[in-house]
This record gives sequence, structure tokens and C-alpha cells, in this order.
Amino acid sequence: MQERSRPDYRFAAPIRNLVHRFAFVGLLIVAFGLMMLGKADTVLMERMRAHVTDALAPIMNVISRPVTTMSNIIDHGRELIEIHAQNAELRETNRRLLQWQTAARRLEIENSLLQSLLNFKPEPNAAFLSARVIADTGGAFAHSLVLNAGWRDGVRKGQAVVTGEGLTGRIDGVGSISSRVILITDLNSRIPILVETSNTRAILAGDNAEQPKLIHLAPSSTVKVGNRVVTSGHGGAFPPGLPVGVVSAVSDEATTVQLFIKRERLEFVRVVDFGLEGILRPDTSTANLTGNKNKDDGEPNAMGGGGKP
Amino acid sequence: MRPTLWTRLDNLARQLTPFGLTILLVIVSQVPLHFPGVARISPMLPLIAIYHWTIHRPDLMPPYAVFVIGLLVDFLAGTPVGVNAIVMLTVYGIIYSQRRFFLGKSFPISWLGFLLVSAGAAMLTWIFVSTFYVRLIRPDAMIFQYLVSLAIYPLPAWFFLRWQQIFLRTT
Repeated sequence: MQERSRPDYRFAAPIRNLVHRFAFVGLLIVAFGLMMLGKADTVLMERMRAHVTDALAPIMNVISRPVTTMSNIIDHGRELIEIHAQNAELRETNRRLLQWQTAARRLEIENSLLQSLLNFKPEPNAAFLSARVIADTGGAFAHSLVLNAGWRDGVRKGQAVVTGEGLTGRIDGVGSISSRVILITDLNSRIPILVETSNTRAILAGDNAEQPKLIHLAPSSTVKVGNRVVTSGHGGAFPPGLPVGVVSAVSDEATTVQLFIKRERLEFVRVVDFGLEGILRPDTSTANLTGNKNKDDGEPNAMGGGGKP
Repeated sequence: MRPTLWTRLDNLARQLTPFGLTILLVIVSQVPLHFPGVARISPMLPLIAIYHWTIHRPDLMPPYAVFVIGLLVDFLAGTPVGVNAIVMLTVYGIIYSQRRFFLGKSFPISWLGFLLVSAGAAMLTWIFVSTFYVRLIRPDAMIFQYLVSLAIYPLPAWFFLRWQQIFLRTT
């Protein structure tokens, strides 16, 4: 750089300074413009985000593997230390679950009998798709995950994301090989729920804290600490009855919910297509994104998400 | 003597490393670490990189590189697109104009500088995100994120300094 500009340095330096300053201010304006655009046209921004995430998904996929392996090794070590206590706990759980199994069998028979009496039309079975979490993003301002499955694998906007423990979030943006999950703790997450036993309706609202709040609770409701919270299925986004968490604190300002999922434990999640369209109708814009508008494979194939490069 | 093609390519590759390293940091900081509570307070590593390179080699961290890094953070992290770009450009602008103050100072002073700059950056991000969503966002995670970034600062800063000494020596 120096050898190039030395002869005309006296002229080049001020010009370069000017260009530099101009570029700086220009870029600031562009960034502001993008923010405004993001506010005005969320679909466009979402599509751009999906493109960028898609492009980097293979890299994140590769990087996340050794980290996961390391954390698994650490977990393994910790489990070895706690093996005795864990064993006792598992035996106890097993005993309890066997009782539940008997109860469930009895109820299943009873249920099928009653259904046949009523000519009940069963709900369509949900289709599952397992995907690996390749990025846990956001820091303090957004709570989202990136999965290594996208439009190609049958992921659609608005589908529920669950783990064995409970509801994790919903699909928000879909690229062709990756998708973004908004966690239920995220600021933008609103989920209609029921508080069990009293069947109180409310909305579970994320606010970027570990424990989301219940809003729109009826003033006369009798919600107690320890009550189970499940999805209510209102609005049609999620099916009813997915476990969410338990009420952890009740006060005048806020009722908070301790979730069943543990964010740091999320390695594989299941994207569930319940065949519900509801308020989060899978928009057609994501179809244009990948260019396979005709690819209508309906049911997502239940592939183990890890198999792809 | 004119440098050969290979020397020039070599130089170019070296000069791209500040930008490349920062991009890599952006991607790496999105990796799920599977430690309880870490995801919410993961340090602002890209900000440390921009702070360091703007002070020491602003010629290798031009505004458009800062812009691209900020946008990438926004796209990946799920924050409103443009917020981090604005914040990082502002950080860049402030440091660039006050470079004489930062340059050649001892390590504690640059740490102190980062303390102030990153506090400003965190505040600015909070203001922008809150304005974007028209809702006050809980500042607790942000404060922890700031403290974690502050605590971890010496590590990447030392690494960048070594990198600079080894690969970017100006002769």
C-alpha cells in the first residue's frame, strides 16, 4: 500500500479520508435502512436470514460436532460419579412407571371401547422428523436454535419442536437445509396453554428470561405452584396436551413457569407435523426460497437428521 | 525490487486474517456449548475482535468489513437485522476517531477502554432491540453477557496480539 501511494500521497490521503468517512456514514445509513426494512417487511428479512443460515449451516454442523462430543464425554464422566444415586432413582421411577403402565393399559382399553361406541374419528397421526441442533444463538436478546433440517426434509414454518421432556419451540424460518427455532423463552414466543387440574387458560409469554410468564390469566383463576402447564391447542398452532412445564411462582406481578426442557441439553429435537395449519399457516414465501414449489412430499420422512453433510 | 506474485498473494492472505478470524469467531460463538446457562450470556467475542483490530490495524478492518460482521451476527443470532451492524459501526467510529488515545497504551488501559466501549455497545444494543420490539427487554442477561465479555477479554486480546506479531508484522 505504501509503495503505491507515496508519490501522490499529498492528494491521496485527504481523498482516501473522505472516501473512508463517506463509506462509514453510508454503511451506518444502510444498516439503519435494513433495520427499518426488517420492521416493515418481516417476510423478506426472514428469507434473507434463512439464506445466510443455510449458507453457513454446513460449517456450523461440522463445528458443533466435536463440541457436542466433548460435552458428552464430560457428561459421561459426571454420570459415572453419580451412578449409584442415579440407579436408586431409576429403580424408584421404574416402579412408579410400572404402576402407570397398568393404569394406562386399562385406560387404553376403556378408551377404545368408548370410541367404538361413539363412532369416534381418530386424529391423524403426527409425523416426526429428528434434527440436530447446530447452533444455539442469540445471547441476551434472542433465544433461537438452528437445526440441520430444512424445507427439503419437510420442515415447515409453524411446526412444533419438541423433545422427550416437552415443548421446545416452534419453527420460525425455514431454509433448504436448515431451519430456525424460536424457543418458548424468546421474547416473541406466545403460546396458548392450560394450567392443569383447574383447566385455567392463559398465554405463555417468553421474555428472554429462563422462566417465561403466564399472561392473560383470569383474575379469579386458582393457579398454584406446582401445577402442570400443557399446550391448550387454541389458535390451532399446536395440538393440545403437549407438556410445557410447571408453575414455579405465583405473585401479583407475575406467574412464572419452570420449563421441562433444559436448553443446554438440546442436542436432538423432533420437529412435529401435526397436520394443523392454524394461525401459523405455512406461508408460500418459503416455497419460493428453495425453488422446489412442486416438491410436495406431504409427510416429512422420519430420517435421523445427522446423516447429511 | 518488486515483490513476486507469491509474496503478494501471501501478504494478501495475511491481511485478510483479521476479517477472517472475526467471521470465524461469529460462527463459533453460535455453537451450542451444552453448559447450563451459557447460551444466554455468551461473550461478545466479535466485539472484542473489532475493538482490537480497529485500534491496532484499522487498515485491515475497514468499515465495510465491520458492517458485514455486524450483519452476520444479526442474521445468525436472530436479533433484528441491522442492530449489531449499527452498534459495531458505532464502536468502530468511536475507536477510530480516538485511536491516538488507545494506541500503544498498556494492557490494563486497553482493558479499561474495552470496559467503557463494550458497556456503551451493550447499552446501545439494548436500546435498539427494545425500540425495535417496542418493549422493554430484561437487562439482566445483557449485564451478565457484558461482565462475561469483560472477564474473557484478555484471552482473545492476547491471541490477536500474538497473531499480529507473528503474521502481520509490518517491516
